[in-house]
Amino acid sequence: MTQAADTTAEVRPARTSARRRGAGRAGAVLAPYLQAAPMALVFLVFFVLPLAATIVVSFWQYTQYSIEPAFTAQNYGDVFYGCLADLPSLCTTFLTYLSTLKFCLIVWLTTLVIGFTIAYFLAFHVRTLKVQVICFLLCTIPFWTSIVIRMISWIPLLGRNGLVNQALMGMGVIDTPLEGLLYSDFAVILALTHLYTLFMVVPIFNSLMRIDLSLIEAARDSGASGAQTLRHVIVPLARPGILIGSIFVVTVVMGDFLTIGIMGGQQIASVGKVIQTQMQFLQFPLAAANAVILLAAVLAGVWALLKLVDIRKEL
Amino acid sequence: MTKTTTTRRSVLRGAAALAGSAAFPAPFVHAQERVTLRYLSTAVNQSPAIAEKASEDLGIDIEYIAVNTDEVPRRVITQPNSFDLVDSEYFSLPNLVPSGNMKGMDASRIDRIDQLATVISEGTVNGEQVGLDGTAPHEVLYLEGQDSTSFASSPTEWITLIPTTYNADTLGIRPDLIDKEITSWASLLDPDFAGKASILNIPSIGIMDAAMALEARGDLTYGDKGNMTREEIDATIAALIEAKRAGQFRAFWSNFQESVNLMASGEVVIQSMWSPAVTAVRTQGIPCVYQPLQEGYRAWASGFGLPRTIEGRKEDAAYEFINWFLSGWAGAHLSKQGYYPAVLDTAKEFMEPYEWAYWYEGAEAEQDIMAPDGRLLEEAGATRDGGSYEERMGSVACWNAVMDENQYMVRKWNEFIAA
Repeated sequence: MTQAADTTAEVRPARTSARRRGAGRAGAVLAPYLQAAPMALVFLVFFVLPLAATIVVSFWQYTQYSIEPAFTAQNYGDVFYGCLADLPSLCTTFLTYLSTLKFCLIVWLTTLVIGFTIAYFLAFHVRTLKVQVICFLLCTIPFWTSIVIRMISWIPLLGRNGLVNQALMGMGVIDTPLEGLLYSDFAVILALTHLYTLFMVVPIFNSLMRIDLSLIEAARDSGASGAQTLRHVIVPLARPGILIGSIFVVTVVMGDFLTIGIMGGQQIASVGKVIQTQMQFLQFPLAAANAVILLAAVLAGVWALLKLVDIRKEL
Repeated sequence: MTKTTTTRRSVLRGAAALAGSAAFPAPFVHAQERVTLRYLSTAVNQSPAIAEKASEDLGIDIEYIAVNTDEVPRRVITQPNSFDLVDSEYFSLPNLVPSGNMKGMDASRIDRIDQLATVISEGTVNGEQVGLDGTAPHEVLYLEGQDSTSFASSPTEWITLIPTTYNADTLGIRPDLIDKEITSWASLLDPDFAGKASILNIPSIGIMDAAMALEARGDLTYGDKGNMTREEIDATIAALIEAKRAGQFRAFWSNFQESVNLMASGEVVIQSMWSPAVTAVRTQGIPCVYQPLQEGYRAWASGFGLPRTIEGRKEDAAYEFINWFLSGWAGAHLSKQGYYPAVLDTAKEFMEPYEWAYWYEGAEAEQDIMAPDGRLLEEAGATRDGGSYEERMGSVACWNAVMDENQYMVRKWNEFIAA
């Protein structure tokens, strides 16, 4: 203890004197690095290292009970097993990615339309800041519960003997229960939209709030109709928000296997589910190869989105 | 049995006295800290009552580590230092033993090694051989030596797993929603139940359910349903894909609770089920039958194993706990939930005669049958689905398994899910 106290006592005058001498320039140069260091360290330990390990393992060999260091492309070959031979019909991996992409596109569209509408209402139709904040907080309330609970709560609603079917049958709209409500594409899209719309609302709302209202007035004064103002003024200015929301939604849906699994009755394939099954059977290198390919696919998607908007400039 | 007059209470008293006298010659034990055993298994096998009773009787604390069915072998292979005792399914052994992370158990330290149920130790019930397709426990029960990584073909002194529980699975049905008689596994693929059937989403087990159905329907004959050839896997998956495209399946389930929910909500009216899951549906007041079928049951068994790293007092404690586990109280506790224990005779001593008659002899319940936690399971007059122990375990057709062509099978299963 005393030793430690002594050292600090020694260091302190040294540092102050250095600053006094004007040698603080080195410190000024170092400061931003030091400030960034904790985050960089967290990233290194919890992101870069595991990712590097995943990439390394994806080239290893495995048996039913062991994985061995090696450098083989066999796992990547196995992921695309039959993809060339089976043409023109699609192999498992392409079918799985196609199905995931389909959900991505549909959910992106639904969350964008709903998310933009909500954000627009909050930003332009709610007049006082206080009410805006209250409404915004209301939107986040569902996030106080677990994602799994929010998902599972759809099941009693949509099931064969669920509330929706009972209500429809009670009203005499249908005679037999609708089977397609649960464990179907519809159920997956509904749940994903429900879960991820807020990811669209938040960044779009943020973008809309930055729009100078005088721009809208100017548009109106210049004779633009409501639709024209929306198309030529508001949407272009909301582009960064739309883009950020899109990146959130696309990356989350690409990697999702819980929602697709539960709402699809485990009958709909997803890349995440394939990886999970392979891990269950201790095929870690194969799962790692799949993960690397998924990562590449998601990065390619994000890259394409970023090409559409220069986000640095717009922010 | 000669002990027909023995009451449960007197046996308990005797056991307590025995435990007491056993503790006295070694007073130095008390000077040491209590031993804690980290017990790795699925949540279904982890009864808090057993841990409590063991702590009371032995002074050994049990710390449960609850994971999924698939996670048990993964933990054994990747983190063998993270537990002291594992309760694993026998079918995982062909993966676990070659990894070198398991330690053969010394048969001479297991008091009731000669009393293990014959269905586990020999693959027979009352001297009659049961179906041995798949990974039958007696085929993987013995090791060549303590540190051996291969199985012995005949009994040796080194045991892989000492059985904890085992049972036979069959189709569970909702009799109120099905208006025909179900007698065969083929009903799983019956178009009458399109959109109302389910199978397991654990590939190695789900494919066996499918194989039972396909063989029953006469589509295919398998050499060994638990160890299919590539051609057999291809044919089975092709049939499954066809059924899936025709909308046969409502959903797939992967754990106990999911199977209960699917059945209780009426989403599914026919699916392969565990006996205690059927019981769980019924305790919700919903009719559900564990339907015996002409082709027989798909059986499973799980048991205690030791990690390679265990030694010293922990190892002694593990043997002590296992011997206690086989001594009856735990066996009776598990029996009253519908499982079968390793040693039947000792479990019987801890059960009331009417309970034994209901659970093991296929007799009508003379009194209400209660679960160990005091809930009503069956009213007086009921009989157990599937009948007696002999009728159930004697009709086993195959055992849960991991195939030699496992990697190929998983790839084909993913194809089925993606189809």
